[in-house]
Formats: sequence, C-alpha cells, structure tokens
Amino acid sequence: MNIVFVSGSVVGTKTRRAITELKKVWLKQDAAAQIEIIDLKALKLPFCDGRHFLDYEEDVVATLKKVVEADVVVFGTPVFQASIPGSLKNFFDLLPQDALRETVTGIVVTAGSSKHYLMAEQHLKPILSYMKAVVVSTYVYILAEDFVGNDLVKDDVDLRLARLAEDLIFTTEAKRYIQKKQEEAYGF
Amino acid sequence: MNEFRMQPDNGLEFGVYTLGDHLVDPTTGKRISAQQRLQEIVELAKLSDEAGLDFFSVGESHQQGFVTQAHTVVLSHIAAVTSKIKLGSSSTIISTLDPVRVYEDFATLDLLSNHRTEIIAGRASRIGLFELLGYDISDYEALFEEKFELLLKINQEERVNWSGEFRAPLTDAEVLPRAVLPIWRAVGGTSTSAIKAGRQGVPMQLATLGGAVSTFKHVIERYRNSLEEVGLDPLAYPVGTAGFFHVAETTQQAQQEMYPYINEGMKVTNGQGFPKQAFAQGKNKDNVMNIGSVDEVVEKILYQHDAFKHQRYLGQMDFGGVSFKQLMRTIDLIGEHVLPKIRQYTKK
Repeated sequence: MNIVFVSGSVVGTKTRRAITELKKVWLKQDAAAQIEIIDLKALKLPFCDGRHFLDYEEDVVATLKKVVEADVVVFGTPVFQASIPGSLKNFFDLLPQDALRETVTGIVVTAGSSKHYLMAEQHLKPILSYMKAVVVSTYVYILAEDFVGNDLVKDDVDLRLARLAEDLIFTTEAKRYIQKKQEEAYGF
Repeated sequence: MNEFRMQPDNGLEFGVYTLGDHLVDPTTGKRISAQQRLQEIVELAKLSDEAGLDFFSVGESHQQGFVTQAHTVVLSHIAAVTSKIKLGSSSTIISTLDPVRVYEDFATLDLLSNHRTEIIAGRASRIGLFELLGYDISDYEALFEEKFELLLKINQEERVNWSGEFRAPLTDAEVLPRAVLPIWRAVGGTSTSAIKAGRQGVPMQLATLGGAVSTFKHVIERYRNSLEEVGLDPLAYPVGTAGFFHVAETTQQAQQEMYPYINEGMKVTNGQGFPKQAFAQGKNKDNVMNIGSVDEVVEKILYQHDAFKHQRYLGQMDFGGVSFKQLMRTIDLIGEHVLPKIRQYTKK
C-alpha cells in the first residue's frame, strides 16, 4: 500500500506535527506501512500556471506523481481566513483534476479555534470529491490548545488519530475489494 | 462544402489518425525502433489508401514517446506512396510555428499530392515545445489565435498585408506556391473552443476520446450556432470527430485487445491510466468510443452520424505500441466490412 501524507502549510509547525503524530499511531497498527510525508513547507512549489502536470520541473513532477500514484492520501491543513491555506489549494491546482481517482483520503485539521470546525466540510471535502477521491468522512480536528510547544498533550487526539488510521486502512481494503469485483465484471 | 473538398453526398468520410506515439508494447514489453515506427506509420497510410479509406493524418508532438515531430516530412513521404487518400495533420501546432512556412510546406505538399492535403491546426495539450522552440507559455492562447488567423489569411489572400505581436509584419507579401487548402481548427472537446471555431468560420475537428454521444452533440450544436451567429451557413462547414477505434470478432475481444495499449499508453503520455469503468462503458451505443465487434462499431458510428450529422470520422487505432500485425488486420476489417456499410447508410 502506497501511503502519502501531505502537510499543507508553509507556515508554522502544528500541521506537520499532527501529521507526524498520525504516522506514529498508524505504524503502531500497521508496522510495515511505508508512509511518505510531503511537507509543502520544505518544497517551494511553483504556482500552478495551467500546464499539464507532467510539464513542470522534474522534482515537482516527482512530488505530484507520488500523490497521483498513492493508494491513500491524508491532507493535513491549518485554517487560514476560514479556509485551507493557499499553499494547499495551489497543490491541488498543480494536480490533474482526477488525481485522486480510486484514492482513499483522510483529513487532519489544526486550528486556533473550534469555530472553524466545518471548514474541512465546506472547503476541503468539495475539492476532494471533485478530484474523485474516496473520502473517509470523519476527520480529526486538533486545536492549538492541544499543543504545548511541539507536543500534543491530549490523549484524546491520539485516540482520534488512531481511529482515522484504522478507518483509512479498512476503507482502502474495502475499496480494493470493490475495484476487484468491478474489474472482474468487465471481462477485459 | 466544396471549398473544403468534402462531398457529403458520398457519405460519411472515414479516416485514420496517428499522434505518432512511439511507446512500449505492453503485451511484449518491447519498443520498436524510431525508424521502424516511422516506416510502419507510412505503411499504415499506404494500407489505408489501398483499403479505400478517405483520410489519413499525422500529429505533431515534441515530447518523449513520440516520433513524428517533423510531421510535414512524414506526410510528404506518405503523399509519395499513396494515390487517392486525403492527407492532413492532427494536429499542426500553429502556435509555435511560422504560419508562412506552414503554408509553404502544406501548399507544396498539396501540389505534389494532387490536391489531397489539408491542415488541422491545434494548440497542443502539452507545452514542452514552447520551451524547445523558444516561446513563452504565458502566451499560449494569444500565440494560437494570432498565428491561426494569419494562416487563414495567407490561405485566402494572394498578397498579404499583416502585422501582429509574435511575428515580423508582412507587407504586400506573396506566399508561394499557391493552393487553397482546407484548414480545420482542432477542438479538444470543450464548447469554448468549438464556439471559437464557429465564430472564425472554419471547419471543426473534434476530439472525442470517451463519454456520451449527447455531450459531444451539444458541443457540435454550439459550433453550428456560432457559425450562424456570425452570419455563416452551418451546412457549409464540415465537422469531423476523432477517437479511439478498434474492431475484432467480438466486442469483448476488441476491448481485451485494446485496453492494455490505451491504459499503459495514457500512463506514460498523460501520467494516469484510462479508468477501466469508463472504458467498459465505451461499448454502450450512446458512448463515442468505437471499440467493439464490426457490427456493433458500425452501428455506433451510424448512431453518432445520426446525432452529429458530421462529415468525417477519424479513428485512432495505433496508440500505445499496438503491433503492426493488429493494425493490418484492423485496416482489412475496415475496408471489407466497416466502410461498405457506413457508405451504404450515409450516402445520399
């Protein structure tokens, strides 16, 4: 299974920290998993200019291909101006429109306030659906107050992240089964 | 229609187009040499001519996995070994070429081929050639519109006075040799581009890789409405469609034979395979993909003709490293079984 976590912010540390925590709890359940973290803060991606995704610079193409070819993608996002940050939107814009076809996706949000709880529902999920993702409906919403320095202090966060990991693992298994059944029916 | 050398009374024209891709055959894991691929493209054109097909065209792509970058040179060679079949480009990326040279090349080819040559001009779906040939991708749309307009002007006017942004001005310029070429606009499938073709008053060659017939019917209607809006007669302008084509004994066999080529070929050239579900739906009568048994494909093309009232259909049958043996068999089946039926039912 090809697993990619995207840390969608180029600002701060909390989203990346949350994604790293998800990796930790995932590996507790599935020690053999190969998980690659794409941290937009470390990449300096260009703005999308409308070209085919294979026509960007080689290292950009390599990054985008990881997402296109993944079985599972988790998007980590902070809340900026009541929405996802521009860096994450640009990342979606760089990808082909059906980049997440057959891809099981999950969401982790870090936010300063609980008032933005529905942000992922209203701003992120429509994008994932448009890109043909299979979205695991429940997401993990982590508040700034759950962090002390670089540490996540609530056990509750780990438990919720573990449930997300478990849901993603089993949804992927189910998705594979469905795909296999469908393809058998096609006869070619 | 005469202006574009089309005679709809003879029925729907049937042609073959190749993008000139040069890919690994997924069933053998091997790729033939560029030399062999080029020669097989010429041979495919020759067989198409002998089988009585109406049109053969070669595309221009400047990225890895393609071999007909110099598509006019390939077409010139094809012109020399064929006698009746009409020839064209699918497409010529006018955005990054000099319209004067394009006209000179194609007019020459038209004279050499006894007026069998046409241009289908497009914008390119990939942008490698902008860098290769020294153009700025941010001028993508403006380059096409300006150069395509100039090409049309050169085709229509013996002496050209012109100035624009992307080329030195022309003052009373005579572009030779003279030939009045059919020049089509390649449309990728969106209404926006179809409307532009209509407003420009040029024939439209529409790509239809997959999807419902009704979707493309709508695009064609938008094209014809746009012709009317600028005071032109929609019945005077031909429409061509183009998409995947393969015939075999049974529809299942046709799908089995073609899916690996299209899926693997798309992975390499487009970064993603062809969704199996969408390919499976391709066999439905109301889907534009012409892959199936001879009878079903004939029925589909006739159904499309009813909906589109188009004048030309182009099939892409060599994508993704298809073996030449399979291509020979496909051309045989077209000549013996597909063409006679299509002509019988669509001629007036």
